[in-house]
Amino acid sequence: MRALNEGVFPLSATDTETPVAVDEARNDIIARFTTALGDAVVDSLVKPGDDVWIRVRTDAWRATGDAARELGFVYFDFLSAIDWMPSPFGRGEDDPTEPAPERDMTVRQGYAGGKTRMQVLARVVDPTTTIGVNLKADVANDSPVIESWVTVFAGANWHEREAWEMFGIRFAGHPDLRNMYLPTDFEGHPLRKDFPLLARIVKPWPGIVDVEPMPGGGSDDEAGE
Amino acid sequence: MTMLTDRQQLSYIAAQAADARVNLELETEGMTLNIGPQHPATHGTLRIIARLDGEQVVWAEPSCGYMHRGYEKLTEVRTFPQVTALINRIDWLGSFANEVPFILAAEKLMGIEAPARAQHIRTILFELSRIANVSLFLGDLGVQLGAITPVFMAFRDREYVLNLIEGATGGRFHPNFDRIGGLKDDLPAGWIDETRTVMKKLRNFCDEIENLLFGNEIFQSRTRGIGVIPRDVAMQYGLSGANLRASGVDWDLRRDQSLPMAWNKVDWKVWTHNDGDSFARCWVRLQEVRESTKIVDQLIETLPAGPVMTKVPRIIKVPEGEAWVATENPLGEMGYYVVSKGDLGPFRVKIRSASFNNMSITPWLLKGVYVPDIITILASLYFILGDIDR
Repeated sequence: MRALNEGVFPLSATDTETPVAVDEARNDIIARFTTALGDAVVDSLVKPGDDVWIRVRTDAWRATGDAARELGFVYFDFLSAIDWMPSPFGRGEDDPTEPAPERDMTVRQGYAGGKTRMQVLARVVDPTTTIGVNLKADVANDSPVIESWVTVFAGANWHEREAWEMFGIRFAGHPDLRNMYLPTDFEGHPLRKDFPLLARIVKPWPGIVDVEPMPGGGSDDEAGE
Repeated sequence: MTMLTDRQQLSYIAAQAADARVNLELETEGMTLNIGPQHPATHGTLRIIARLDGEQVVWAEPSCGYMHRGYEKLTEVRTFPQVTALINRIDWLGSFANEVPFILAAEKLMGIEAPARAQHIRTILFELSRIANVSLFLGDLGVQLGAITPVFMAFRDREYVLNLIEGATGGRFHPNFDRIGGLKDDLPAGWIDETRTVMKKLRNFCDEIENLLFGNEIFQSRTRGIGVIPRDVAMQYGLSGANLRASGVDWDLRRDQSLPMAWNKVDWKVWTHNDGDSFARCWVRLQEVRESTKIVDQLIETLPAGPVMTKVPRIIKVPEGEAWVATENPLGEMGYYVVSKGDLGPFRVKIRSASFNNMSITPWLLKGVYVPDIITILASLYFILGDIDR
């Protein structure tokens, strides 16, 4: 039976089913995480054929890591954080002689939502399927503490040290939460949005005075060519 | 079990006591050895603090941050096209390869794709960056283990590749050639013929290095069985690139994910090694240079015609969203997690560099090794300081 269709069948199968199959694989990831973690999975998002995001409860962060390992996501890719507050300094291009412009300071979280200003973000990959999953968890605004992943993935050690010094997120259970790059007595957490980029404050951005209209261009929004 | 007589037991105890006295006399106080920040084996300014007991390392920890330039913060005040000038300087030996995943992430968020010709040229330049980067590694490896000659050969032949990169992009080290939607320019006339000859030279270089270095008895005895990384430890620490493949993991992002690049259009092989030691890591890299020359050879023969730039707005605004793109860079997996808020510049860029993960294993790996092996292990893990500190 198969021999009759051999020339045609595989082609049409791969042509039509590939995007759907990838999509199913990623939906399946969410289902597996939900089975393993129950109601600790707060929100999730799948972009078909692209990536998957899962947000979990803060107190289930280490359980999520353990679950990920049990579900086959044994490759630790990275761990970091995102500060969702818009920068009060904009893009550092304000004219220092003028009063600071009004800015929309509402905190809008990205994929898979969120309630707090800062989120921890980690990515783990299943080496057999090479499909990765982005895991997020909220971190409380007033006391940014979350469980450490060092016991789950030994490689999280340095990543958590970096997230600590850059965002000020404490990782409970981390054996050695020292600064990774900055001097020990450095004050502040540079990747927080309310930490100013000092270079732009000491010396104003020269781009302000240099703005000239592009040659031959009336409208800037469309390609000239 | 044989029974001991009283006399035997007594002499045994006496011998033990004598041993203990000798040990007490010879006991060395632990010593802290500071390697770097200025040391030829550190490829920049890495400092390693090692606590020694005699010749053995009890505890070792790299001290990073001598080259921290805060790129993640700086990207937040740059526009998307400006960011490539910064990220060029992360892994400065394979600069073009750093640009590609960021540009791909921006293109993914914008929903555009570079024309086929641009994808091909991107892949060619990507592989040339790999050759330039790893061929220097192969030469440098010899120097660090006491063999001077290979580095001259490496610098001689790497120069041809740098000339090619310069010919196409105008920059030897920091091309800044990749644009959102394509490339800055097409290839110059005569470039393809030149590339064909250079790839032959590079294959000869690989053969030379293989005979001179990898067949050398001293080299083998200094690298075989040194710094063994088991497969599951490598996974836990997120090792990537040749370091992961040398631990027996058959994983190459060029093959295992579908990106708008030309790797899947040509025939090449992913090399792995099962030993996980320093020799395996170096050997896998050598094979990768060979594969790269094959990829380039095939791509320049099948270069499609057409434009190298798709139509993009003059002022690029990237729609709101999050995207993760990683590629198999010379040093390993390099990825960018780009968050855009629909603005001119990115809202947050997490730079996942290969060396940071590759080096995070050193406290585990250096425990218990002898002092000269520190150099072997660091050399074979292969890191670029800019790629650790960013």
